[in-house]
Amino acid sequence: MLSFLLRRLVVALGVAVAVSALSFALIFLTGDPAIAIAGSGGSAGDAEAIRLAYGFDRPIVVQYADWIGSALTGDFGQSIYFNIPVSEIIGNRIPVTLTLGMLAFLAALAIALPLGVAAAMRPNGFIDRFALVLAVSGQAVPSFWLGLMAIVVFGVWYGLVPISGTETWQGYILPVLVLAYSAIPELMRITRSGMIEVLNTDYIRSAQAKGLPTGRVILVHALRNAVLPLISLSAVQLGILLSGSIVIESVFAVNGLGRLAWESLLRSDLPVVQAIILILSLFYVVLTTAADLLNAWLDPRLRGGAA
Amino acid sequence: MTLETAIAPRPVSRLRKVLRNSGVTLGGLLILIVALLAILAPLIAPHDPYAQDLTQRFLPPFWHDRAVPEHLLGTDHLGRDYVSRLIYGARVSLGVGVGVVIVSGFIGISLGLIAGYFGGWIDMVISFATTIRLSLPIVLVALAAVAMGGASFTTLVTVLGLLLWDRFAVVTRAATQSLRHQEFISGLQAIGARWPRILFLEILPNMRGTILVVMTLEIANAILLESALSFLGLGVRPPMPSWGLMIAEGRENILFDPWLVALPGAMICLLVLAVNLLGDGMRDLTGEARK
Amino acid sequence: MTAPLLDIDDLHVTIPTDRGDLHALRGAGLRLESGKTLCLVGESGCGKSLTAMSLMGLLPRKARQSAGRFALMGTDYAGKAPKAWANLRGRDMAMIFQDPNQSLNPTMTVGVQMTEALRHFEKLSKAQAEDRAIAMLDRVGIADPRSRLGQYPHQFSGGQRQRLMIASALIGRPKLLIADEPTTALDVTIQAQILQVIAELQDELGLGLLLITHDLGVAAAIADDVAVMYAGRVIETGPVAQLFAVPAHPYTQGLMVAIPVPGRTRPGTPLPAISGRVPGLIGGVTGCAFRDRCALAGDGCASDPLPRHAFASGGFVECTRPSLSETRP
Repeated sequence: MLSFLLRRLVVALGVAVAVSALSFALIFLTGDPAIAIAGSGGSAGDAEAIRLAYGFDRPIVVQYADWIGSALTGDFGQSIYFNIPVSEIIGNRIPVTLTLGMLAFLAALAIALPLGVAAAMRPNGFIDRFALVLAVSGQAVPSFWLGLMAIVVFGVWYGLVPISGTETWQGYILPVLVLAYSAIPELMRITRSGMIEVLNTDYIRSAQAKGLPTGRVILVHALRNAVLPLISLSAVQLGILLSGSIVIESVFAVNGLGRLAWESLLRSDLPVVQAIILILSLFYVVLTTAADLLNAWLDPRLRGGAA
Repeated sequence: MTLETAIAPRPVSRLRKVLRNSGVTLGGLLILIVALLAILAPLIAPHDPYAQDLTQRFLPPFWHDRAVPEHLLGTDHLGRDYVSRLIYGARVSLGVGVGVVIVSGFIGISLGLIAGYFGGWIDMVISFATTIRLSLPIVLVALAAVAMGGASFTTLVTVLGLLLWDRFAVVTRAATQSLRHQEFISGLQAIGARWPRILFLEILPNMRGTILVVMTLEIANAILLESALSFLGLGVRPPMPSWGLMIAEGRENILFDPWLVALPGAMICLLVLAVNLLGDGMRDLTGEARK
Repeated sequence: MTAPLLDIDDLHVTIPTDRGDLHALRGAGLRLESGKTLCLVGESGCGKSLTAMSLMGLLPRKARQSAGRFALMGTDYAGKAPKAWANLRGRDMAMIFQDPNQSLNPTMTVGVQMTEALRHFEKLSKAQAEDRAIAMLDRVGIADPRSRLGQYPHQFSGGQRQRLMIASALIGRPKLLIADEPTTALDVTIQAQILQVIAELQDELGLGLLLITHDLGVAAAIADDVAVMYAGRVIETGPVAQLFAVPAHPYTQGLMVAIPVPGRTRPGTPLPAISGRVPGLIGGVTGCAFRDRCALAGDGCASDPLPRHAFASGGFVECTRPSLSETRP
């Protein structure tokens, strides 16, 4: 157990270093970042000045070490566009994206879990077919389009919710639901297949043979085993929701990380983009690592090695 | 004749079995229609998709009173014929889908084969690379890469191709691992066959069903990503008629002319749905074959 | 005379499949007295396990079931709502499955799994239920039971897990225990111990035991009565001594000569086997299902109903040409 824990943490650390190097390397993709920052209107002299100011003339390894060293202390450099520290711009955007992502995840889980369980209890039954339609359509609809259509229908035609911004809590309703819709199919599919597999096991039959009420057999005996694979998927889906909120945030004018990243890209504010890519990647690494550890702790066969 | 033989099912031909699977039939049919639209676009499209006519802007589709029969689904903000642009849009979506899968499939399948066959530290390195790829926020990285490379069809296909190989690698690796120890592979090793031959001529053909399923999933994925990137202005460049770009252009006028957004979105849904139906259907069929 | 513990007659189970209806049980019947052991023997696929599932009310959802008589302790449940029968599960009847490694929930402690039914049915407190569990574990031969209640199934060996299953099945003091091949998945050395534990507890609790097995050696060792099943019907039944000494049905005879007997079977010579295959049960079978494999088959074997000869010593055989002997009255 301990060696598994250590191994998992070493891998997570390795991935974290690698993604940080990648997000750092991003601004060198096109060759000279100084020219990219100077923009098409900048002269060679401007580029030279920028190169010196940003230290682009130093060896790349030194630049990376410098950047990651500062990033660890929360200093992601200066925004080129706003000319203030990146951390200041990002700081109040993170909670917005986290709120949106978490709420969407919870909403998706609240729909997918019961639906997946119900579908598994009667394969090919009415609920199963309904769930299948929901899943197939959920995977085919582009979320930004769904968001726009939802704004037209619920915001404009019926006037039920605000059409943009998250100043009030009602402003979260549409973005959360639209974002959640994209996460439902995967979550439901894995719940359903996990439940079907578990329901066919001998230990479920022996629980039934003991005369336990169906509710206890399903919710305690079966679900406990079926959620194990769901935990890993949940981490992945939450990571996807956080990084996928970029499209939804720009549709609903939500001032989160994603919209900031998009706007920063359009104005070539690369230090901001770098920082956001790094943060989102690290979120993902932390989430998946935590899920693996949680799984190991929940599954007595993995945990029991020491017992 | 005994009862037993009387009720035994007649042997069903492979084609009949495929056709009986409604997902494959319906999905395949829809894809065929969209593909025909894309290929025959110059013959089918009633107008030049790039021809602007500023006197004919924002014409509504045929179910409206103001509609003109010349433009069946109306015109956009530059007076371009919407039917023609939707038809040409199929070229972009299918082109991106197929192009991306060729690139990403080549990368992912090669990595998966090598990792699964050799194992050991090679496998560890490739699995590590896959984990890193999965950790990157794909929409954002793609956006940034396209922004760096300059928005264009080629950049988009290259960037998405370099990003979407993970599922190919994971699935191919698992399938290779299970095939590696089978007798026919050991036999080939014993007679001194070289590993590229074993990998590409013996192992790869044995997992073509699985790979086809992953291909459909990734085509759908690429089409959705292209539309999102184009919608955000960092996909294909205007005036190319991409459905995602059309949604972005129609967004300004969504309150007055919602069909400008609704129609291209519906086309995306239709195509992705068709690809997914085909993929799910094929998964069922190959699953059946495995049993 | 009191009613038998278990009295089943004319039990039919049909499972719809893509190729048509599978008539898995075609009028099977069983009768078991309290405190006695009935062994249900037959080849795999003959319907033994399905009979057990039917008795426990655990048939697959799509299966259809009907019975002429379906009685436990004199109460006939045939034609009544399945719910009424299902309510007997865990209280009046319990079951042990074939593979103890698969029969315990891997994510729940042994203590919870043993006591949950008690706490549900008898509304015992946690401490009371655990005391019962400890006593029961002690009884089936698990050492240091108190400390093991908090452990998970993977911390027990295969034989111990089957002891757990037995303890868990009997903790609610059922009248009927159904054991479906309870020793098949275990090492040979463990098998005898497990059968021993079952037999002891049966005596102690006055249980009726329905033991399903394909192992005639087990049946000979433990049974009071034996029922031979073939293609979804019980074709011969009787007290174990008589049935083994003078098998009347050609199929039963075939089974008997297929057992190696020390001193009689020459090492190295192949055992006689019954040639041919069990008929498919899709669509339906008329007459004797064994006739295609039977050396004695003739006219009359293809028509329903088959003649049934009842023995005065108990049991019956269902055959047009049974081997009857004066030593089996």
